[in-house]
Amino acid sequence: MIDVLYFAWVRERIGIPKEKLQTSAVTVMDLVEELRAREDRYALAFSDLSALRVALDQDLSEFDAPLDGVREVAFFPPMTGG
Amino acid sequence: MRVVVQEAPFDPGAELNAFGNGDTDIGAVVSFTGVTRDVSGGLSRMQIEHYPGMTERALMQICEEAQTRWSLADVLVIHRFGTMEPGDNIMMVATASRHRADAFAAAEFLMDYLKSRAPFWKKEITSDGSEWVAAKDSDEDALNRWD
Repeated sequence: MIDVLYFAWVRERIGIPKEKLQTSAVTVMDLVEELRAREDRYALAFSDLSALRVALDQDLSEFDAPLDGVREVAFFPPMTGG
Repeated sequence: MRVVVQEAPFDPGAELNAFGNGDTDIGAVVSFTGVTRDVSGGLSRMQIEHYPGMTERALMQICEEAQTRWSLADVLVIHRFGTMEPGDNIMMVATASRHRADAFAAAEFLMDYLKSRAPFWKKEITSDGSEWVAAKDSDEDALNRWD
């Protein structure tokens, strides 16, 4: 099982902040494809990956990164701190 | 080094007075305070969301990176989340060093990095509705000058 977290408008589009998923995805991109195939709200949230960032176990990562050993994946828009 | 992520307001003056206090090697203290600005259309409030856990981790990493690049006696970052009204303080950074060049450069570096590498997201609420603040290309460009 893997924890998947959503923030900002990604959270709003998907409608939940967090879920636990059983996945066979090898990379982040595989997980994105699985999510896109689930429901329209996921397809909409993940329609433009250039507008998204991903963190693996709370470190910024890339969409082609492997999920092996990862416990927490987070998807969110580019950050706007400061 | 101190990193604080909190919902409650903070007092920049009191924080600055306490910062580096008693360390007589410090010759320069630089600080920056980010304030909630009004926008056209009239901002009623701003909501700041963050990623608990990653936020603290990312801020610590950015502070540690600043400490490897410059000779700093101390670093402070305070960043709020939750609801802000126009005029409210959002965040502050302070840097202390023997000479001012290190403190100035490190403060700018911290601001550039925490703007686009610390997991915060701002949403502006006006009378017209609400909108997530988009990241600017210039924010990303600002990072390149530190490569």
